[in-house]
Amino acid sequence: MEKFWVIFATSIFILLPFTCNSFSLETPTDRRVLVLLDDFAIKSSHSSYFNSLRSRGFDLDFKLADDPKVALQRYGQYLYDALILFCPSVERFGGSIDVAAIINFVDSGHDLIIAADVNASDLIREVATECGVDFDEDPSAMVIDHTGYAVSETEGDHTLIVSADFIKSDVILGSKKITAPVLFQGIGHSLNPVNSLVLKVLSASPSAYSANPKSKLSTPPLLTGSAIALVSVIQARNNARILISGSLSMFSNRFFRSGVQKSGSSTKHEKSGNEQFLTEISKWVFHERGHLKAVNVKHHKVGETDEPALYRINDELVYSVEIYEWSGESWEPYVADDVQVQFYMMSPYVLKTLSNDHKGLYSASFKVPDVYGVFQFKVEYQKLGYTSLSLAKQIPVRPYRHNEYERFMPTAYPYYGAAFSTMAGFFIFSFVHLYNK
Amino acid sequence: MATMPILPPMPVLDLVKSFKLKTKQQELLIRVSILCLVYILAFITRLFSVLRYESMIHEFDPYFNYRTTLYLTQNGFYDFWNWFDYESWYPLGRIVGGTLYPGLMVTAALIYRILHFLRFAVHIREVCVLTAPFFASNTTLVAYFFGKEIWDTGAGLVAAILIAVCPGYISRSVAGSYDNEGVAIFALLFTFYLFVKAVNTGSLAWSLASAFGYFYMVSAWGGYVFIINLIPLYVLVLLITGRYSMRLYVAYNCMYVLGMLLAMQIRFVGFQHVQSGEHMAAMGVFFLLQVFYFLDWVKHMLSDTKLFQAFLRITVTCAVAVGAIALGLGMLSGYISPWTGRFYSLLDPTYAKDHIPIIASVSEHQPTAWSSFMFDFHILLFLFPAGLYFCFKRLSDATIFIVMYGLTSMYFAGVMVRLILVATPAVCLISAIAVSATVKNLTVLLRSKNKGVQTGSTKGSSSSKAASKALLDQSQPFQKNGAIALLFGAFYLLSKYATHCTWVTSEAYSSPSIVLAARGAHGSRVIFDDYREAYFWLRQNTPPDAKVMSWWDYGYQITAMGNRTVIVDNNTWNNTHIATVGRAMSSYEDEAIEIMRSLDVDYVLVVFGGVTGYSSDDINKFLWMVRIGGGVFPVIKEPDYLVNGEYRVDKGAAPKMLNCLMYKLCYYRFGEMLTEYGKPPGYDRARGVEIGNKDIKLEHLEEAFTTSNWIVRIYKVKPPNNRW
Repeated sequence: MEKFWVIFATSIFILLPFTCNSFSLETPTDRRVLVLLDDFAIKSSHSSYFNSLRSRGFDLDFKLADDPKVALQRYGQYLYDALILFCPSVERFGGSIDVAAIINFVDSGHDLIIAADVNASDLIREVATECGVDFDEDPSAMVIDHTGYAVSETEGDHTLIVSADFIKSDVILGSKKITAPVLFQGIGHSLNPVNSLVLKVLSASPSAYSANPKSKLSTPPLLTGSAIALVSVIQARNNARILISGSLSMFSNRFFRSGVQKSGSSTKHEKSGNEQFLTEISKWVFHERGHLKAVNVKHHKVGETDEPALYRINDELVYSVEIYEWSGESWEPYVADDVQVQFYMMSPYVLKTLSNDHKGLYSASFKVPDVYGVFQFKVEYQKLGYTSLSLAKQIPVRPYRHNEYERFMPTAYPYYGAAFSTMAGFFIFSFVHLYNK
Repeated sequence: MATMPILPPMPVLDLVKSFKLKTKQQELLIRVSILCLVYILAFITRLFSVLRYESMIHEFDPYFNYRTTLYLTQNGFYDFWNWFDYESWYPLGRIVGGTLYPGLMVTAALIYRILHFLRFAVHIREVCVLTAPFFASNTTLVAYFFGKEIWDTGAGLVAAILIAVCPGYISRSVAGSYDNEGVAIFALLFTFYLFVKAVNTGSLAWSLASAFGYFYMVSAWGGYVFIINLIPLYVLVLLITGRYSMRLYVAYNCMYVLGMLLAMQIRFVGFQHVQSGEHMAAMGVFFLLQVFYFLDWVKHMLSDTKLFQAFLRITVTCAVAVGAIALGLGMLSGYISPWTGRFYSLLDPTYAKDHIPIIASVSEHQPTAWSSFMFDFHILLFLFPAGLYFCFKRLSDATIFIVMYGLTSMYFAGVMVRLILVATPAVCLISAIAVSATVKNLTVLLRSKNKGVQTGSTKGSSSSKAASKALLDQSQPFQKNGAIALLFGAFYLLSKYATHCTWVTSEAYSSPSIVLAARGAHGSRVIFDDYREAYFWLRQNTPPDAKVMSWWDYGYQITAMGNRTVIVDNNTWNNTHIATVGRAMSSYEDEAIEIMRSLDVDYVLVVFGGVTGYSSDDINKFLWMVRIGGGVFPVIKEPDYLVNGEYRVDKGAAPKMLNCLMYKLCYYRFGEMLTEYGKPPGYDRARGVEIGNKDIKLEHLEEAFTTSNWIVRIYKVKPPNNRW
């Protein structure tokens, strides 16, 4: 019987890594993705996007947004690593999902893709607002651009616009340049200025504005020009990543395949940039790129290997940390020359760039300042697109002990001389005084 | 004894005879037994708090002393000496070994070691709790010897009894009040006694002993500055009154030079004896004594008085000029540091209020009210002038000293409440002289009359004084009755004093202040143990490196009992750091959070008395936080928190008051609470008003723990918003 248990336990231990191929600190790429749809037609009309995700190994679970059985977690465990909301018009989620549940999902480190559209429901707007993005308040407003629209057979109302105003970040958009502009048709949003984490990935051209195309413009539009964000991302402090788009149709097969020509431009692209743009950005959102980890934070005195509990002022020390980047399959050494360490007590006393050995090990050696107190080794590495590394390790610095000072100082020899000569003189004087009578 | 020879010698009678003591021996026996009783009395009268509550450390500072003593016993002296404490004053840390007076801790650790050597397995806490009463007992002995030195044995005995129960001293030496003053008063009195003895005898040995007494005092308490200024002042007075003698010269020089060298061994004091303005008087008097000695010698050599007068004039002028120039140069070059604020505030009671709010904010630094003199001294307050009268009547070097000690310390006691403690021994001694002299005179009167009847002829030869008294007796027939009445009056007063002292000790000075007691509705005692509840919660439920921000009063307790890092504590060495905390407490929440983040604060602790009616809470201390914060950061302005100069928390309070962090943290969720029957919800019992802001929402903090009586409330600083 006992043997059986041992076999059982070992088999669990062996099988465990295979059964749990989900998001974790070790393998940060998402695996199980819940896709909430308004209706299942989207599944086929947006199949290219979904197929590209599937081909990269994601396990997509399609559910109707108002499916009463839909749930994000069971018994306190999340069932999914990421959520895609392709349900712009849903008024109420089914099951146990509500705005708070989605926000909690993000706040516990999971990723989210939201595609809104014209007439986006309050629910979707609320989720977006929680993430620092405000959609145009007019429900029927669309982004209109009379100079940057996409040329098509019918003249239309210029709501199908093209944009090539990408964020300049290889980490988010991949190293391969997106040559063709992106087709967009939908609602614009603005970034909440208070929120420092939200980034505009794709913004509208300066001539764009957001209004209801069917009605006549009576008042100046609130959202104009490049302040309109078409697609934006947020990397939360816990490194959960969120993509917010004002258009569901930009993910569709039709937009993926169609050619694009900007009005007033003679170059006609065979294929729009949508597929490349959205695929690359989904790689970023699902942590296939730009995910760093810092491990093995170590510090010790020069010439020693053990980590001391505290340093003395003016000690020489070595600080090292290993930084790796997740490549989608494995952890690769991260190479950069701008990682800095601070020796910090209310303000940095030492700020030093860490040198790396191209194998992921970053290290710096410096002298503890001549100030005692509770210091911190701080690495605040916040680079656009990468997960932010914020390492702080507290270390007290003590002053000299009473017996660590120099015992005999050359400058003090006159005083030693004075003291001893006085003593000798006193002795001689007493002797002479007492016995010289 | 002469009646015995008739009977045959019997062993039993022999035994009895051998037990029968001579008068002198009887007197000695009585004296020793009185002293023993006083010794025990002084100890046991301080045990009220142990019996009522438990063997625990009281108040604020004793917790630091206890923590350091524990460290000393666990890690040894050298680690203690070099201790860098990174759990307080985060992130600055504190060099504990170099910023405390180690005498108390070393004493307690020594007692602990001795007890363990004798195989008494006591805990260090018990030693700490009982250190102060033990030293109070020792003080009674010193008082006896001191009284004997300046007056006679009777005065010594009375002084011992008076000081054993005097509330002014008990206030700082009850069991559990493990503070520097507990041993320092002993050291102070002992040093003075030894010095007076040295002056009286001119003996190097006594002087050396007083130097060591001074060393112990320096190691124990910052109040040693009083000694190093009083003794030179005394010497100066003796010089001016023409009482200069070789005895004085020997006593002062030896005491000063050796005492100074010894005091320099204390790290916290260091070179202050030669570098700080407060110690310059002693040095000046030291040089002056040399000049005097030199002049004496010259006078001895010169027979011509006129020539000597001229020489004297020149020498004194030169000496004073040289001294003044040296002092001026030292001050200008910065070698001699100017007087510190604390010293100034002693000389000028209004100084602290205008310049150093952090000193003025402490209740024990307030000027003394008449009532507290009465409370702490009782009849001694009336006996003190009488004793001064007796001292002046019989002036000697010793009585001059006690008079000066009494007068100066009385002045300081008037400036600061806590300095009543320093005055207490002097008041007791001088009052003892009054009591002893009066009682003695009265009894002499009674006796001499009796003797005048019985053995008038034998007494006649004694002294003219007695004869004149006998003459007086005959002129006043009711004198005997009068004397008896007066004696009874004196005993009545003294017994009143004893009951008063016991009552004060039991009611006022035996509260540990960390555990609060109140009378319940049915007269039963209600115990509020909220402080320890909160500190225990901190110890058990927060990460070990959590940083707790609170007003500095609670810093020592949090580190000692909660074992968590604090931003500021009762060692108020860094005014800016305290002001930063004061600023955070008096800012709006979103401004405060910036300050708290910059200090890595994890928890905020406030003390709130609105539910229990506990009045020394943070809301009542709040104006001091504003003042201290505003002293460094002018953005904080006191008038913003007042309405027409009035401090209020109800609806009429200033808007900034109603929304500052301290108000929010104290009154969070209080608006929905019914505290007293027949009063609206949110009725603050400590201030007797309904609070003005009942709808308090916290944005960056969340309530982590509130004790059962709401006295201590702990809030957790939330991490920054995940998505913002």
